Amino acid sequence: MADKALSGLRVLELADFIAGPYCGKLLADLGAEVVKAEKPNTGDEARRHGPFPNDIPDPETSGLFLYLNANKLGVTLNVETVTGLKLIKRMVKDVDILIEDNPPKMAEEVGLTYPVLREINPRLIMVSITPFGQTGPYKDYKGYALNGSALGGQSVCAGEPGREPLTPPLSLGHYQSGAAGAAAAMGAVFYREGSGVGQQIDISEAQVWATLHTGNQESSFVMHGMKRMRWGHRTPGVYPYTILPCKDGFMSMIAIQGYQWKRFLELMGEGEVPEWYSKDPRFQDRREISLKYADEMDALLAPWLTSRTKQELYQMCLEKRIPFSPVKNIGEVVNNEHLKVREYFVEIDHPVAGKFKYPGAPGKMSETPWSIERPAPLLGQHNEEIYCQRLGYSREELTELHRGGII
Amino acid sequence: MEDYPLKGYRVINFGWVFAGPYLATMLGDLGAEVIKVETRSRVDSMRLSPDNLDRDPDRDPWFHSGVRNQLSVTLDMAQPKAIPIIKRLVKISDVVVENFSPRVMKDHSLDYESLVKENPAIIMISLPAAGMYGPLRDAQTYGPSLTGLAGVDSMVGYYGERVLGLQQAYADVNSSLHGAFAVMAALYYRKRTGKGQHIDMAQLEAVISIAGEAVLEYTMNGRILGTMGNRHPTMCPHNNYRCQGDDKWVSIGVKTEEEWRSLCGAMGNPPWAGDPKFADRYSRQQNVEELDRLITEWTKNLTYYEVTEILQRAGVAAAPCLDTEGRFFDPHLQARQTYVEVEHPATGVDFIANSAWRLSETPTVIHHRSPLFGEHNSYVLKDLLGMTDEEIAALEAEKVVY
Repeated sequence: MADKALSGLRVLELADFIAGPYCGKLLADLGAEVVKAEKPNTGDEARRHGPFPNDIPDPETSGLFLYLNANKLGVTLNVETVTGLKLIKRMVKDVDILIEDNPPKMAEEVGLTYPVLREINPRLIMVSITPFGQTGPYKDYKGYALNGSALGGQSVCAGEPGREPLTPPLSLGHYQSGAAGAAAAMGAVFYREGSGVGQQIDISEAQVWATLHTGNQESSFVMHGMKRMRWGHRTPGVYPYTILPCKDGFMSMIAIQGYQWKRFLELMGEGEVPEWYSKDPRFQDRREISLKYADEMDALLAPWLTSRTKQELYQMCLEKRIPFSPVKNIGEVVNNEHLKVREYFVEIDHPVAGKFKYPGAPGKMSETPWSIERPAPLLGQHNEEIYCQRLGYSREELTELHRGGII
Repeated sequence: MEDYPLKGYRVINFGWVFAGPYLATMLGDLGAEVIKVETRSRVDSMRLSPDNLDRDPDRDPWFHSGVRNQLSVTLDMAQPKAIPIIKRLVKISDVVVENFSPRVMKDHSLDYESLVKENPAIIMISLPAAGMYGPLRDAQTYGPSLTGLAGVDSMVGYYGERVLGLQQAYADVNSSLHGAFAVMAALYYRKRTGKGQHIDMAQLEAVISIAGEAVLEYTMNGRILGTMGNRHPTMCPHNNYRCQGDDKWVSIGVKTEEEWRSLCGAMGNPPWAGDPKFADRYSRQQNVEELDRLITEWTKNLTYYEVTEILQRAGVAAAPCLDTEGRFFDPHLQARQTYVEVEHPATGVDFIANSAWRLSETPTVIHHRSPLFGEHNSYVLKDLLGMTDEEIAALEAEKVVY
């Protein structure tokens, strides 16, 4: 294998579904060796999530699982057995980073806490990713992505006034907490270089939302009593900051600078700002428009927009340097010419699922490759390699462990 | 700074709203010395955000929160005399962060090819909208339109209704997180090999990376996901429900049949809960609108904290939908010091967002409040670069230092 950015880093992933596995994926794709431990028989929750090729459910072909777990080695392990726990502790001895998502209470009961594991490996960096974190009154609360985005304040920012807030699609919060875990883990790696000691990283998904995504709002609240709410397809403060329908979909139209909006009005008026706009005294302040006349303005723009396609509009906007762009559906994204030129999407061939296109590198690094070396593991695919060849168990013992429901 | 993970690393931040500054702040939170290069002749819009009601660039709430743990030097890149000074700064630094359109740094001969001549081990990260090359290279976007271009906004809206979009700078934060990780991976590589590198973090691509599920729906089955409201492929109920009070909502998510039974029990086992229409997840999904209405009949008479407590005690995932004010006063977020008090000379005392993570051995306290415009000119120009007061005064007169 070519020298990659994180070659030499060893990671054990004891995490389910999206958040922990995305953290592991970011590390694995840059060259860390990630061993993923799944529950025997059922495996990772993402194996049941899909999408499945031809809509035929099969734990070995779930698109979400295959996406998140390429480049990893896979073993099965039941941490709720004494022997399973012993195996985990044996593996923890040799790794740099442990990614885990056990509810704090369960970690305590099972004995998989940082103070315990630090005894085994003082250099261990333990990334704990949970909905609400390792401390605080809600630490033992149950939470899914829906609940994290609710507490973290993202949900109330999307949707229409008076109707229910909208949680982001695709469990987006899980990816944010996974990425935060990966970034903080690298910080801990640097600290360890100097000090020789590892540490525990406590990631609360709700807190990732509440700080990185919605945290600025708190300063505005304390300074000016301002509250961010949801306003449907637009955000008030300046017009346009909106999503409007065109002939075949929607355009995202945001102009922070006045000259950007003027260019668009001139485009509509074929060289001149249309008179219905320039002569109307109500339309001379874009903040006023956004607060009082946004519906009216949307309606005035509609005939021009709805007689043109997304692509026509985007082409004109690119030429005139107007920062409006289409709301693409995912099919259009996958077939996008720009992304083809950049070779963003990658094909991964999996022995059971077959060959499909997947998202590629989030960031191209000039010296070190991002690459897929192997497809996601079948359930327990690397049991022999890890337990026998590395940890020294015999084939017979492996069979016993299997029979005992340990692996 | 001695206990921070990135102590001893220096970052030069040319970034402005939001991806660049946020990334630099994350490195600053981990203890790197971050120097923001900025100028009064082209003020970073983070200093004049929509929430800056005073229109004073030193009193912007977003800036105070999002650009802490950074120092400020005022150097106007548009002045040719500023360029060699910036290059000397890069020479003694480890990381350069920028998120302009691809041509900007090149126009000022501050692109990677130029900077690497000054400092062969430099790590530079660029966060353009669509990348450093390709047909859309020069595309101009804002964070909320990037989630549109990346296909994510097309799924945000009430089920089957029009697109509303996330309406938040999700793309910026997402790129800054992925960028901070990539920068540290590059630093780790440099530690072993001595080699620096350039990272092209196309924000568009970083967003698609978190939409793998939707991409695979398309590449596996040709299916294009549309607006899905709060519906979830494997959970039901899964929604935000109206509670007592003005615009108060509680999130409730049920994955297993055990959780469903617990939810019914917590609601007092109303007669409808035993209806075969809701007997299993499939049936519940078929009748989800009626189900959501019936659950609302229960939640609407309780506060969102009451529902949360009742359900959590029963083992059901629930949490209030907190708004800006709700988060500020939430006991859990308070206990975890999610927002912290920081003194600031322009405003007195601010509350700003703390780091996104907690580390057991290294501090995660804010070590530097957000800087005033050019507050660290003397430190950067005199102490780091060895310039004299006369030289600096001359550059100030010429508005190079401005």
